[in-house]
Amino acid sequence: MFAYIVRRVLATIPVMAIVALFVFSLLYIAPGDPAAVIAGDQATPDDVERIRASLGLDRPYLVRFGAWVWDIARGDLGVSIFTNLPVSTMIQQRIEPTLSLMIVTLILAITVAVPMGVVAAWRQGTTIDRAVMAFAVLGFSVPVFVVGYMLAYIFALELDWLPVQGYTPFSRGFWPWLQNLILPAIALGSVYIALIARITRATMLEVLQQDYIRTAKAKGLGQRAILFVHALKNAAVPIITIIGIGLAGLIGGAVVTESVFAIPGLGRLTVDAILRRDYPVIQGVVLLFSFVYVLVNLAIDLAYTLFDPRIRY
Amino acid sequence: MLRRDLLRTGAAIGGAAALPSFAIAQPAQNRVLKMVPQANLTSLDPVWTTANITRNHGHMIYDTLYGLDAQFRPQPQMAAGHVSEDGGRRIIITLRDGLKFHDGTPVLAKDAVASVSRWMKRNPFGQKLASLTDSLTALDDKRLQFNLKRPFPLLFAALGQVSNSPAFIMPERLASTDAFTQIREAVGSGPFRFKADEYNSGSMVVYTRNADYVPVSTGTPSLTAGPKIVNFDRVEWHIITDAATAAAAIQTGEIDWYEQPPPEIQQLLRRNRNVKIEAIDPLPLTGILRFNHLHAPFNNKKMRQAMLPAISQSDFMQAIVGTDPANFNAATGFFTPGTPMANDAAMAALTGPRSIDRAKALMQEAGYANESMRLIGPTDILAPSAMTQVGADLVRRMGFNADIVLTDWGTTVQRRTSREPVSAGGWSMLFTAFSSFDFANPAAHFPLRGNGAGAWFGWPSIPKLEELRDAWFEAPDVAAEQRLGREMQEVAMDELPYIPVGAYLSLTALRSNLSGRVPGLALYWGIKRD
Repeated sequence: MFAYIVRRVLATIPVMAIVALFVFSLLYIAPGDPAAVIAGDQATPDDVERIRASLGLDRPYLVRFGAWVWDIARGDLGVSIFTNLPVSTMIQQRIEPTLSLMIVTLILAITVAVPMGVVAAWRQGTTIDRAVMAFAVLGFSVPVFVVGYMLAYIFALELDWLPVQGYTPFSRGFWPWLQNLILPAIALGSVYIALIARITRATMLEVLQQDYIRTAKAKGLGQRAILFVHALKNAAVPIITIIGIGLAGLIGGAVVTESVFAIPGLGRLTVDAILRRDYPVIQGVVLLFSFVYVLVNLAIDLAYTLFDPRIRY
Repeated sequence: MLRRDLLRTGAAIGGAAALPSFAIAQPAQNRVLKMVPQANLTSLDPVWTTANITRNHGHMIYDTLYGLDAQFRPQPQMAAGHVSEDGGRRIIITLRDGLKFHDGTPVLAKDAVASVSRWMKRNPFGQKLASLTDSLTALDDKRLQFNLKRPFPLLFAALGQVSNSPAFIMPERLASTDAFTQIREAVGSGPFRFKADEYNSGSMVVYTRNADYVPVSTGTPSLTAGPKIVNFDRVEWHIITDAATAAAAIQTGEIDWYEQPPPEIQQLLRRNRNVKIEAIDPLPLTGILRFNHLHAPFNNKKMRQAMLPAISQSDFMQAIVGTDPANFNAATGFFTPGTPMANDAAMAALTGPRSIDRAKALMQEAGYANESMRLIGPTDILAPSAMTQVGADLVRRMGFNADIVLTDWGTTVQRRTSREPVSAGGWSMLFTAFSSFDFANPAAHFPLRGNGAGAWFGWPSIPKLEELRDAWFEAPDVAAEQRLGREMQEVAMDELPYIPVGAYLSLTALRSNLSGRVPGLALYWGIKRD
């Protein structure tokens, strides 16, 4: 197992290298000019040229790529063209809100969706099942930002229970931290609740047809034990897979949610950086996201072994 | 559902808010002003970039030797006064007492010299001043001296310039940085201190009141002139990119001031008695249609003139601010309406009867041979985007072989730097807008320049405009300046470096319990909570 983990971690190096090459090349050929954005609307063309030169943006592709790779190899993600702040500092400033949003969303999605899917499968064809499926369709169909606006309308403005926007660091207390995340987490989580609930239901339906479930029933085991101990454990592998995929997808979803609820996370950092062509920040964040994707996939693979003893690495 | 519709829905959400929910009534909170600025603050150096948000940041933490009042008259600000010697060729400015930088060091004449010298390398008005300056030196700690080639009556107006990189005074150690290299620190002597430890670009910018700041003792607050009296201990800029979220936040009292709500949001905010909408600047911004003078079809003066009968300033302005005529001016010339230079010379070409047919006929007379033209514009910035949409419809109706390229702002500003012909990725036409200060007079008015390759994007070569501009700098009085302004407009209306497509007010939203705001820009002195 340890050797497997080491192999997988080492395998991230060529993956990251390919991502780095791809991201750098894509940004190099993409339209847009940070020097023109920096110079502002009142700047003359000469001003733009001089700023471009001062930023080193007029250097050849290979020179710029080489310098960037050399910095990355030394653990230096570079400095933002605009703010002059180290990219690592900017990521550090933004990582807590995004991580908090993802954790709360994931906890919410799993604790709601898995029981929903199990109960829907158990009560297949009943009103409960149809209600769960209707919710799933709704969760898939309504965009995150629409859900966000509706939640803000009901719970922030009408009922006055929760704030409209912003983020409070965890260091200022659990409740202040959580109250800023509840609405965004529900908005972001709605699609994942729908996804996980559907997969859980489908997988559970298949498992509940198996002989060993019939045996468990014949032995006189209670419904709860059959569903959550025997059936759910055997249905876990596809559910974990989909949770893993969902976790990766949360990063994309966070971009919209963070904008709607003005949460200063990595999603907004990425969008802002793209809009103003802050290349070092874009590159740094994409590398980070890629690394997270790789780690999530590794974690999923390892999680399989907990639920299916037949899987060994 | 269109995004704008959704924003409207989102803002309507805010409209339902009856009571402020998070404006917790605590004395400390009353000393905090929370606002949503027009954009994210990405650069701290107001000389390095001309971005308006960095200019506003500059007015928070820096001060200038002279301020400009609402009538654009220079008034001493950091200066105690000046003496003029040798027939105006030697100007000695004395700093007033009590000036201190935020790092605790006193403001000395050498700091002012270094700051003004750096500014003169980047700012157009400053460059003009530099061309007339033999030397700028610190005589001692309190006095700096300009030795001029000839008298320059506009010296103090230049030093008090409000927009487009004002001549902010910073410590010499920072001001000695190359003008094309960004300064990393934000240390000034202005009424607010920048909280670097709380700066989170894209999320929050924090300023605290500078307890050591000594406002000028005379006058009344007017634009950047007069005493800068601060009534808040702390100002927080909350960067909220989503308009509906910002609208909801101001209605719940989570924020106090929303600098630039879009028109559909303004309409909804007007319904909330806890929020007031007012013009941030009593003078309007001007929208322009800029031609690329290097290539066909608009390297032909007659082709540019052919556009004139088709331009309806009302159409362009309504696309930006809606149909209320109180919010726009549809008889806008080359200078900001309401300023001394604004005039009606040759304006009949824009205010007379509008006719697409007449424009088409002029196109044919000009010899239009179906050359392709490219209109570039952004989709993500309100005013240029709206004007581009109207312009795209216009050039199609006129029968141009038009390629409309709509991109994000980052791409537009890159593409406009191209001097290539359309076939090689260049452009023919674009729309953008400038603040009232930029077009108030010829000094900072670079789209009105005709200096060819050195001109603003579009690169018109109109020697007569340059002659008149030079003469304007030498004008002995306002009457002479105005006469030259008329002449410049006549030449411009004939040569058309660009076409003015109207002027519009920028409206801002504040909580009703705020008063005392100084009009002009988002300025933070004077304003208080009742």
